[in-house]
Amino acid sequence: MTNSNNSEVILQANHLVKTYSQNSGRFGFGQTQIKALDDVSITLKAGSTLAIVGESGSGKSTLARCLLQLQPLDSGEVLFQGKNLAQLDAKSLRAERKNLQMVFQDPFASLNPRMRVGEIVGEGLLIHDLGSADAQKNKVYQMLERVGLKANDALKYPHQFSGGQRQRIGIARALVLEPKVVVCDEPVSALDVSVQAQILLLLKELQREMNLSYLFISHDLRVVRHIAEEMVVMHKGKIVEQGNVVEIYNAPQQPYTKQLLSAIPGRKAA
Amino acid sequence: MSEILNISHLTVTPKNELNRFLVKDATLKLSAGKTTCIVGESGSGKSLTALSIMGLLSKQLQSTGSVVFQGQDIAKLDNKALQKIRGAKIGMIFQEPMTSLNPVLTVGYQIGESLTAHLGLKGSGLKLRVESLLQQVGIPMERANSYPDELSGGQRQRVMIAMSIACEPALLIADEPTTALDMTVQAQILQLLDELKTRMNMAMLFITHDFGVVADIADDVIVMFRGEIVETGTKKQVLEKPQHPYTKALLACVPDYEGKKQLKPIDYAWLKDSKVAA
Repeated sequence: MTNSNNSEVILQANHLVKTYSQNSGRFGFGQTQIKALDDVSITLKAGSTLAIVGESGSGKSTLARCLLQLQPLDSGEVLFQGKNLAQLDAKSLRAERKNLQMVFQDPFASLNPRMRVGEIVGEGLLIHDLGSADAQKNKVYQMLERVGLKANDALKYPHQFSGGQRQRIGIARALVLEPKVVVCDEPVSALDVSVQAQILLLLKELQREMNLSYLFISHDLRVVRHIAEEMVVMHKGKIVEQGNVVEIYNAPQQPYTKQLLSAIPGRKAA
Repeated sequence: MSEILNISHLTVTPKNELNRFLVKDATLKLSAGKTTCIVGESGSGKSLTALSIMGLLSKQLQSTGSVVFQGQDIAKLDNKALQKIRGAKIGMIFQEPMTSLNPVLTVGYQIGESLTAHLGLKGSGLKLRVESLLQQVGIPMERANSYPDELSGGQRQRVMIAMSIACEPALLIADEPTTALDMTVQAQILQLLDELKTRMNMAMLFITHDFGVVADIADDVIVMFRGEIVETGTKKQVLEKPQHPYTKALLACVPDYEGKKQLKPIDYAWLKDSKVAA
């Protein structure tokens, strides 16, 4: 498989709407509806990276969760390889989840402190019943080594690792199932720049090797410029601009995008 | 250019492990009206350096060396004498605007506290001063009666800034003040700090791990690595012509706006060798 077939769409979302209700008023008896997703449509091409950019409260994490069916949608449809995920029954959805994995933001909060690294990484293989016990074990070792850890790290617990190493464990956990789509929710924003560079390079290498499609959520536009080909700018639950990263950076069309781009620190000096 | 702070040979070690250096032999000078950025990765000792200026190190740590602030060695002062300086002549802003404000007191009260403690302001005089401070940091003065949870993250950080400049300090220490904020808010806060620094002719010590922020706000830059200052210079020198291998390696990790740069993670083993050679 190569990336040359750029037109192949792997994940498509059409007119997603998600509303949260929030208690309001002095004693919280009132109800306010907040539109976290307001008619959002995106297209992710196979083997490419689509960045979702926006500030806190823009709805980018809600979008990620809704795409993976971790939260129910009010309306709209998510098509993965042409299949509408919302219409699948629990069993087939679970089977489909093998192909849709997520890397979380906080490497300190997203790993179960009471499980060994090998169990964390291997849990997906166990759930999806992939291969014999020995094969699963080998797979876990291979994956740990591939993300830059050691095979005997499988016996350790998450607290024995640094932030960057934990993020590598999170990546190994997501990729051991050989998924097609990986949603990365701010995977490098809790890390030092030096560690951030390592993880970004690792994600890029793995994308090439395993032909992964990334949905990359970030508020850091420098990181987005580096990793993504396409981008979507979100503001208050709506998409304000979307398209090719280079084109948007060179000639942003919307005032909000211009504002975001001019707020990148260090840009004036560059 | 008048010198405000002169730290020499500052060393911080745990009390029970005197040969483990968390900060080792740090020497630096800050002048009025200038912003000096300390850059480094987590664990490089940049926050500890700032905390030891204020005498705020944890009880398990001890520091040696001198911290001369406006001609006086404040490293030798006791807690009581330090309290007269903290908040009055040296202001500090912390990273988390969410956790560093008291949730049960109005922001006006919290801004006023140091004015009462250090300058003895009360009543209408205090009220006027608090309102003028809120205005200076761009918050409508009616907000004096709001509680921290009624404000956004950026507004809370503005309140923290109002508190830290309330007594017109000669030195402002800002420890990653924009790290928890959205980028557009970060840009506003950086601009505000820069304006205040110029208007009040403060020396500012700005701790950050973000080279973009350094490029925006710094006059001078100090790079720390594993407790040691490895490079000091003007912003232009350090960002454009870094001398130390670590500074070069760290800059090679920063993604650029154009997206042209090939990111290169730091090779610590190589760094160790080249440091020996240097």
